Amino acid sequence: MNNIIVMPMIIPLVTGIILVFLRHYVKTQRVLSIVSSILTLVASLVVLNQIQQDGILRLDFGGWLPPYGILFVADSFSMLLVTTTSIVTGILLIYAFSSIEKQFEHTFFYPFVFFLVAGVNGSFLTGDLFNLFVCFEVMLLSSYVLITMGGRKLQLIESMKYVTINVLSSWFFLIGIAYLYGAVGTLNMAHLSVRVAEVGQGPILTVISLMFLIVFSLKAGLLLYFWLPGSYSVPQTVVAALFGALLTKVGIYAMFRVFTLIFYHDTIITHNVIGVMAILTMIGGSIGAIAYNDIRKIIAYNVVIAVGFILAGLAMSSETAFQGAIYYLIHDMVVKALLFLLGGTMIYLTGKAKIEEMSGLIRNYPILGWLFFITMLSLAGIPPLSGFIGKVYIGQGAIETGSFILLTTAFLSGIFVLYSLLRIFLNCFWGETIINEDEDIPLKKGMLVPCVLFGIMTIAIGIGVEGLAPYVSDAARTLMNPEIYIDAVLQGNR
Amino acid sequence: METLISILVGILVTVAVYLLLSRNLIRVILGTAVLSHAAHLLLITMGGLKKGSAPLLGEGAESYTDALPQALILTAIVISFAVTALLLVLAYRTYKKTATDDLQALRGFEDE
Repeated sequence: MNNIIVMPMIIPLVTGIILVFLRHYVKTQRVLSIVSSILTLVASLVVLNQIQQDGILRLDFGGWLPPYGILFVADSFSMLLVTTTSIVTGILLIYAFSSIEKQFEHTFFYPFVFFLVAGVNGSFLTGDLFNLFVCFEVMLLSSYVLITMGGRKLQLIESMKYVTINVLSSWFFLIGIAYLYGAVGTLNMAHLSVRVAEVGQGPILTVISLMFLIVFSLKAGLLLYFWLPGSYSVPQTVVAALFGALLTKVGIYAMFRVFTLIFYHDTIITHNVIGVMAILTMIGGSIGAIAYNDIRKIIAYNVVIAVGFILAGLAMSSETAFQGAIYYLIHDMVVKALLFLLGGTMIYLTGKAKIEEMSGLIRNYPILGWLFFITMLSLAGIPPLSGFIGKVYIGQGAIETGSFILLTTAFLSGIFVLYSLLRIFLNCFWGETIINEDEDIPLKKGMLVPCVLFGIMTIAIGIGVEGLAPYVSDAARTLMNPEIYIDAVLQGNR
Repeated sequence: METLISILVGILVTVAVYLLLSRNLIRVILGTAVLSHAAHLLLITMGGLKKGSAPLLGEGAESYTDALPQALILTAIVISFAVTALLLVLAYRTYKKTATDDLQALRGFEDE
């Protein structure tokens, strides 16, 4: 049996439940959460390697054969994301140990992180559209709690907007599911793909697909990102990093899944709409990233640009572009987490959030400065760091498919990313130092170590791309040829 | 029957949109609740209404009720209950902190 593929969801879920009961034993909570992250990572690596040998794995809950039951499907694309999620969460937890306020550790911070991860991993793994909705809700409900933790005035105001817009999009998701069920009478994704292919993707199904596009765009921050900069700049640093690294990526994943597996027949409408939205997202994100002086806002707009960039890969819809998008997705999860941590650490050290109020930090905290430099280069796509390979493949894909406007915008947005981060770097790290030696707040080891780990990861992904290549090309091949997925799930039993 | 319920769903969505676009926090929350009801009704309608038979897939059954939408809305109702409860608590906390429930007044706040 393939029981192991449920582990990346079950381990965090069970850990979360256990940690609820260990409320006042902070030490035990920390140890357990690290152990659980490592276990999740091991399980996902095992599954990832098993897929390379045995093909796509699936687990039918309760023995109900597809298309009747709910099932988990693990292909290379989802498992790559699950693996990255486990690593990123593990490292972020280390940062949380030293940065999070003590009162939150007593008020269920760790359990909610694990419920969030369970929802994220569940969304990556599920093979059923309604189950995807449920996993989204598991993830979102925990995120609602995490974003409000602290209860400052601004935080409550911003989270009110965040929660409302997400609740609204969840009901849109449900309405989309209802329409789709009414139209083709199934919810299993592979079966949906078969049925949609049978009846042909007519105008009605295209409209339904646009409904899903709206829902996932809201979650991913594709064009409909107006809620994102505000709500990603208010929570605790580690929570913001968790959101920036994981939440939008789930929306992106769902969009890839739905528009490569189910609605891939009428690309003239759907994929062009995605392309236009991606272009507008990159333009809007670039304007936002250079417009603000608040570090947190600049970083949040950088998330928006990356979303546009990755979905440009989906809009091009060729195997090379998909490879690029997957590389960039993995890179972005790591580097955005690092960027949020660095921004949060800078605010912690100086007590200020505006870039013109900081100066000369590199004199006091050289490692932090160099890490920021690496992050900047990595996001701009300088080899040998991790952002490079994704950009190359997306560029190749754009030239193959002749989408030159997408190509131009995507690469121009890279310059804006570089400029916005250079502004932070020049203002905050260079120049005369504002902190004299007696006021120097020591940089905690527990804050520096996770940042260094992420820094090592971005270099390692960049240099060790060869090791990643077989997994990514398998993932891209599956995305490009939905029959592989369908055959693995239905096994001729249509 | 399906047509009738579809029209009802349309009316509910209209009401929800009206409430969602208002400035009052509580009205917005009620709007999301009404929208969730509309979504649930739509789901159950999509499975077909009033077949008058049991939800069984027996060998010789000539007609049966589709049980799946019912399972779906049961799940969705529980989720909508949890989400609405959380939203209400959040709205109350926001009201306590800001002393206003006017969304217009909650725009563009600077950090304290």
